[in-house]
Parts: sequence; C-alpha cells; structure tokens
Amino acid sequence: MSFGPFLLLALMEGMVTSAVLALAAVGLSLVFGIMRVVNVAHGEFFMLGAVSAWFVSQWVPGPPAVAFAAALVLCPLFVGAIAALADMTVLKRLNYEPEATIVATIGLLYILQQAALSFYGPDARPVPAPFSFRVQLPWFGYSGYKMAVVLASALVLLGVWRLLAKSRVGLIMRATQYDRETARAFGINVDRVYAGVFALGGGLAALAAVLIVPIQQAHYLMGTEPLLLSFIVVIIGGLGSLRGTVIAALLIGLSDGVISTFFAPTLAKIVATLAVALVLVFRPQGLFGRRAL
Amino acid sequence: MTAATRIWAFHLAALSLLAAGAAFLPAYHLTNVAKVMVLATYAMGYNIAFGYTGLLSLGHALFFGAGLYGAGMLVQHADLTAGPALLAGLLAGGAMAAIAGLLALRTQGVAFMIVTLMFAQAGYLTILYNTAWTRGDEGIVIARDARVLLGYDLSADLPRYFAAFALFAAGLVLKLWLVRSPAGRVMIALRENEERSRMLGYDPYARKLVALVISGLYAGAAGAAYGLLFGYVGASLASTQYSILPLLWVLLGGAGTVLGPFVGALLMFYLIDYSSAFTTASLLVVGVALVLLVLFAPKGILGTLRERWLRWLP
Repeated sequence: MSFGPFLLLALMEGMVTSAVLALAAVGLSLVFGIMRVVNVAHGEFFMLGAVSAWFVSQWVPGPPAVAFAAALVLCPLFVGAIAALADMTVLKRLNYEPEATIVATIGLLYILQQAALSFYGPDARPVPAPFSFRVQLPWFGYSGYKMAVVLASALVLLGVWRLLAKSRVGLIMRATQYDRETARAFGINVDRVYAGVFALGGGLAALAAVLIVPIQQAHYLMGTEPLLLSFIVVIIGGLGSLRGTVIAALLIGLSDGVISTFFAPTLAKIVATLAVALVLVFRPQGLFGRRAL
Repeated sequence: MTAATRIWAFHLAALSLLAAGAAFLPAYHLTNVAKVMVLATYAMGYNIAFGYTGLLSLGHALFFGAGLYGAGMLVQHADLTAGPALLAGLLAGGAMAAIAGLLALRTQGVAFMIVTLMFAQAGYLTILYNTAWTRGDEGIVIARDARVLLGYDLSADLPRYFAAFALFAAGLVLKLWLVRSPAGRVMIALRENEERSRMLGYDPYARKLVALVISGLYAGAAGAAYGLLFGYVGASLASTQYSILPLLWVLLGGAGTVLGPFVGALLMFYLIDYSSAFTTASLLVVGVALVLLVLFAPKGILGTLRERWLRWLP
C-alpha cells in the first residue's frame, strides 16, 4: 500500500478513536464543568460499560444486533445509576471539596476494578458487533461498524449539546454551574442536579465503551487508558468547554492514529502525556477554554 | 519535662521498639516489617510534600521509580556496589523531583495533581519503552552478590531488617528535626495560607520546590533501598498505584504527623496481608479504606489522637 491510502487508513482509525474519546471526555468535562469534581473513577465507568455490555450480550437471546441494542440502552443506565449512587452516598457528604473528592474517586476506582475482577474475571472477552459489512474503498476494505461508531458518536454529541443549550434541563444545569446558591434560592434541587450530572457523565463513558467493545475486548483494567486520554483531551480543550473538548478529541484521536501507525504507540503516548502536562503548566486554561483549572 | 524532650523521647522510644523487634519477630514478619519500614520512608517523604506543605501530588512514583531504577540499573549495567548505588538512587529521586517541581509547581491544586500524575505516567511509559535498559515489564532481578553493604548480605533477614531500620530511623530523625525547624514552620504556613506567607515575605515557589526536592530525596532513597533489599526492580513499582499508596498510608496514619506514615503503612500492609487469607480482593481493601478515610477520619489515626488528646504530637 502506498503512502496516501496508508495515511487515509491511519486517519480513519484515528476518527474511531476520536469519536469514542469525545464521548468519554465530554462526560468527564461535564462533571468538572458543573460540579467542579475531578472524577478519577471516570475510566472505571467506561470499563463497567464494556463489561456490562458483555453480560448483556450473554443474557439477551437472538441475533447480536438485538443484544447490542439492549446493551446500548441498559449499560449507560446501569452505570449512570452506580454513578448517582456514588454521588449521593460519598461525594455529597464530602461537600464536593476538591482534594477529598479526588481521594474518594481514587477509592471508587479500586472498588469498581475489584468488583469487575471478582464478578467478571481477569480475561478479556469480545462482544459480537451488531452487523458486519465491509465498505470497499479503492485501496482497502474498511469495517462498516467502525464507520457507524463515528456516526453514532456524532449524533450523541449533538444530543448532549441540544440538551445543554436548548432544553430546560440544560438551563437548570447551567444555572447550577454559574451559582449553586442562587440556583438553590430559585427552587432548584441542586443535590438532584449533581446526582444527575454525575450519572450523565458516567453514562456517556459507558455508552462510549459499549460502542467500542465490539472492536476492543472488555477487560477489567481497560479503564486506565481512556481516563488518561480523557484527561488529556479535557485539558487541551479547556475543562467545561464542550466545543473545545470535541475539537481536542479530534486532535488527539487523529494524531494518535497517525503516530501509532507510523511510529511506536508507547512513544506516541509519552509525547502526548508530556505535551499535555506542559499545556497545563504554561496555558492552564487549555487551548480553547477561557477559565483556568 | 520540656516539650522538646517529650517529643524526642517519644520518637526515640518508638525507634527502639522497632530495633528490638529484630530480637523477637519471626522470620516472616521480619521481612514484612523491613518492607514496611522502607515503604514508610517513602511515605514520610510523601508526607513532607502533602502533609506538611499541602502539595497533593499524584506522581511520587516517578521519584520512587527514579531511585529504584537509578540504583538498579547502575548495579546491573555499571557494576556499582550497593553503597554508591543507594547514594545514586537518593540523588536520582531528588533530581527528578527538582525537574518535575520546577514545572509542576507553576500550577496549583487540581492542576498540580493532574500534571504530577501525567509526569509520572510519562516516566512509567519511558521505563516500558526502553526495554534494552530496564527490561520493561519483566524488570531487573538484582543478583545476590551485588546486594552487599559494608560486608553484610542484604538478602539475609537480619542485615536486611537493620538496613531498613537504619534508613527509616535516619529519615524519621531528619524529618522530626525538619518539621520543628523554622523552615518546617514555613512549610506548614504555606499549607495553611499561602497568600499570608507570601505577604510575610516568604517565596512560596522556592519553599515548595525545596519541600518537593526533600520529598523526592526520601522517595529516591526508599526506591533504591527497596531494589537492593528485596532484589527486584520492576516497572509495576513505578506505576500510578505506587503514587496512590503513599497517599493512602499518609491519610490513614495521619497527614502532617511525623510517625503517621509508618503507622499507616504498617496497618495497611497487615490489613491486606490478613485479608488475603480469606479474600483475594486486595484492591477492594485499598478502595474501601480510601473512601472511609475521607468520609469519616480525614485526619487519620495520629491526626485524630493529636486533636483529641496528644496536643504536643508533631
């Protein structure tokens, strides 16, 4: 294969990474933007989404497409419920104090990891894709499912944007973000908003995982990488900025696809990690954000 | 008895108890307590940054790993003996902390945590990447004849225990002296109110950098000692988990207390050790401990004791 098509393949792989990453990172960014909570357990919500998708694929009879559709609905709800529970039982009691919540979410990370290890086991298991057709390009065939992932992710992101910008729920969320006390004075149940936002963030991570799990197998340690990548994306995009997060996810996903294809993946990660740390040091508001972390 | 005498007497008594442990502890616990003392030295370093100066770092595994690999690789590839290797590990930890601190200390709070986390992750990946030198995931096993210090075989139980004890005791005495010195008071002032200490004429950036470097020296020395005493230098010891563990030990024992890190490391070590007899869920123990601590005992064991009864505890 010559360079041109090879680059195209790398970019298409990068698009899939970007699409999933954008979903996961928007979840992390929402939680930080509205609740000012840095959720270190976000990657475990992602992992739980993938692992629970495997369970759903085992329980639901019929063709893979039915089980997959069920997983798309059930897994984000399940993970969202766990997130809301964690918020109400732990984070709320800590009064969302930054350092304490970070330590608590680290604890949550280990608890969820252990739960997955105990109930799901140490193996990596595949979930069948809902459909398998190949799109034949002039130079190579490409998985139709991967293209569908990009499309689905774009639709969900559009939905999240509409929810935040146009709906009453979004208005309430933004009001809470601007000023928690005033929102409370106007009769908004801030506790419920926080639980809802934390559930939404976890649900988005789970949804991203359900989409990726037919491509990448479900494993109890799979949460670490999306967590770090989401951090990277959210920091570059500016915490709490939806548009910045999506642009940064595209940037990171595409460059990851290209660098991993042409160079060593580990080297790509070292460079990305250091680059982000330096962004945070020298431009704390991110490349697109207006507010410092 | 003056306050100073009481404080020194209390800590020296704790140290003599530990030294006496060599006489009555069975071999199994001798190894365990030696390990706890080395890890507690690491945690004491962490406590200097977190407990006393208020720097919540999530990247101390970078400094621990620098000491571990600094010593381990020099022994492996340059045939260095244990003594110089220990010194090299100590310096590697301090140097790494200086480099990371120069950049990371430009940020604060949450950003500082994420930047340190990222630096440590980059360090961990670098270890995995340079397989030729570090042997990647597999790690380096340090040969027995390289683990000899001043004529004592560090792979034998008693010399190992006393080597770990010497490291821990030196660390404890230095730390006790540091936190009661004027420089230590400034560190605590920075933790309590950075703006006020700046107004009083102290340079927060420089003071924090010094605290972080001291913390890195502790972590480096502990890392080097861990490699030499237990004969294994592996990438897993530089992973994110090893940044979280000292935080856990310090929180459990009491942040900002001199003896807290040791108490926390000892309790946690035996909690996991005993719980592993009837469950394999060691991660669960760590996770639940962290959540319960922040919820119900944010000051830790010695911190709570100090608040209630022992007001003089440093």
